[in-house]
Amino acid sequence: MKTRTVKPNESNSTGAPAKIWQLRLYVAGQTPRSMTAFANLKKICENHLKGHYRIDVIDLVEQPHLSKGDQILAIPTLVRKLPPPVRKIIGDLSDTERVLVGLDLRPAD
Amino acid sequence: MKTNGPKPASPAARLPKCPTGIQGLDEITRGGLPRGRPTLVCGGAGCGKTLLAAEFLVRGALQFGEPGVFMSFEETEAELKGNVALLGFDLAGLVRRKKMLLDHVYIERSEIQETGEYDLEGLFVRLNHAIDSIGAKRVALDTLEALFAGLPNEAILRAELRRLFRWLKDKGVTAIITAERGSEHLTRHGLEEYVSDCVIVLDHRINEQIATRHLRVVKYRGSPHGTNEYPFLIGDDGISVLPITSLGLNHAASSKRISTGIARLDAMLGGQGFFCGSSILLTGTPGTGKTSAAAFFAQAAARRGERALYFAFEESPSQIMRNMRSIGLRLEPPIKRGLLRFHSARPTLYGLEMHLAIMFKEIFTFKPAVVIVDPMTSLLVAGSESETKAMVTRLIDFLKSQQITSLFTSLTHAGNPLQQSEIAISSLMDSWLLLQDIEGNGERNRVLYVLKARGMAHSNQSREFLISDRGIDLVDAYIGPGGVLTGAARAAQTARDKAEALASQQETARRQRELDRKRAALQRQIAGLRSEYEAEEEELRRLEEQVAKRTRVLTSERTELARLRHADAKKALSAPDNPKTKERD
Repeated sequence: MKTRTVKPNESNSTGAPAKIWQLRLYVAGQTPRSMTAFANLKKICENHLKGHYRIDVIDLVEQPHLSKGDQILAIPTLVRKLPPPVRKIIGDLSDTERVLVGLDLRPAD
Repeated sequence: MKTNGPKPASPAARLPKCPTGIQGLDEITRGGLPRGRPTLVCGGAGCGKTLLAAEFLVRGALQFGEPGVFMSFEETEAELKGNVALLGFDLAGLVRRKKMLLDHVYIERSEIQETGEYDLEGLFVRLNHAIDSIGAKRVALDTLEALFAGLPNEAILRAELRRLFRWLKDKGVTAIITAERGSEHLTRHGLEEYVSDCVIVLDHRINEQIATRHLRVVKYRGSPHGTNEYPFLIGDDGISVLPITSLGLNHAASSKRISTGIARLDAMLGGQGFFCGSSILLTGTPGTGKTSAAAFFAQAAARRGERALYFAFEESPSQIMRNMRSIGLRLEPPIKRGLLRFHSARPTLYGLEMHLAIMFKEIFTFKPAVVIVDPMTSLLVAGSESETKAMVTRLIDFLKSQQITSLFTSLTHAGNPLQQSEIAISSLMDSWLLLQDIEGNGERNRVLYVLKARGMAHSNQSREFLISDRGIDLVDAYIGPGGVLTGAARAAQTARDKAEALASQQETARRQRELDRKRAALQRQIAGLRSEYEAEEEELRRLEEQVAKRTRVLTSERTELARLRHADAKKALSAPDNPKTKERD
């Protein structure tokens, strides 16, 4: 299983007792685009959700059966599992503004 | 059938084909879809695209041992199972046995945010996984165009679709890709640009409020195919495309004969009735007894122990039975024995395709030896003339291939020329009987003619067709008011000849009698003359006797006298001559 899980940071405790954001990034192999997407996601999360997020990276080449559950077509796809409702963002997440809108995150002040 | 492709020689050898198992489609495509390549099926809403794709997979799994993946972009697995279950396909069972895999791909535009570059590798992975998990040989994608609604970037989508079709080919699966019909292109999003091997267009046209589905193979690279538009049916057992040419003209012709149920009609048809497996047309103006003749034919089949299927498009079965009772024909016993079945339906109830589908199904289940369609002309209201003709042609082809004898009644309207039989199908028929009303001398009489009867000697005379409470009877050579038909005119002529011959015979006899009388009269006259002559002769004789007597007396007196006078004896001897002559003067 190639799932990389980024655990919530230790700084978690310092923040508000906010909900944990559960994010899932679907990729297909270690393509440059997947790497870019993961890097972009990491950066955004660190900037906006520090300590309140968890990223599961699912490589569909390794686990093709998982594509069905979240109805994955496009690669890469970021799925916000929690908090509800489920939201999907496709692409390499290079457009930070749109990722924030997509995740329903208010841009940091 | 027209063919495409420059070299029709042994196309199968060059292009491997994948049989669909769908009735008729394999005949049009000469063996099936191109194996290992994608085929595009496009058509408007409700054309049967999904069903065609599903049937392709189901039949592949059941008949050809090729498992299939159905990837649906519109219907969920449950919906799909439900929909095709109506057509008798057990998708759930196939899925359980890993013969089929259903995958519902759900895309909701509102849930998706696009941020930069992406591809559809997820779809590829998913499809690949599905194919590999059951070793699928067939794939259906229904319908990819949902992606255009779900994904915002069309440029990426197009590039990815191109890649997908390439990939499907490389994967070696035979695929059906469905797409909506577009107004300018074959498909709304121009998918035909990517799928270039085989394109099939489905169509659902409404003609006079009745819908008929059509199928056309627009393109089939590297293979000949039928290019016509073929009506197809969605029946209880799936799709059946019914190309007119599907069966060709190579059905076996039986020389077995079967009775018409009317003894005299059998006699008119060379004494033995119709050929088994032939098609018979019975035309007539209203009220000429078409249904009665058809019912007798059905009963005759039942009497032989054969099954007869009666399609009634105008009357209900009980009405037909009641009416037939009135002419002494009881249809209930054969129905009870399961030898006769009625199928009644209003022609306008559904389109021609459904009629045909239902008729086929009835024929398949009941397996009759005789099929009666009464009246065929009613079907005209369910479709245009050419469609009806095509339908009847297919029906006849089918029946002939099954060696089923078929009788079609057809209503002709009074005043129409005789030969203009309604659906111009007379050329398809082996035998054609015509029932007609002839009015004259204040009464209407039914007349039956055998217009044609292929392959048998048949009477060219018209017969009066009598319907009584004891059934149907045909009476010889009806002499009509003349000039209506050659048969009748000829019959009249022979009757006249006969009368003349009789008259001249009588004349001869009369003259003979006269001559006899004359001879008798003449003989009587001769006899009279003779008796007169004899009377005269008799008198003459008597006179001579008297004269002789007198002479004798005179002589004796003279001799006596001479003796007395002692006259010379010599003178006395020569004297008798002279007194005789003196006396005569």
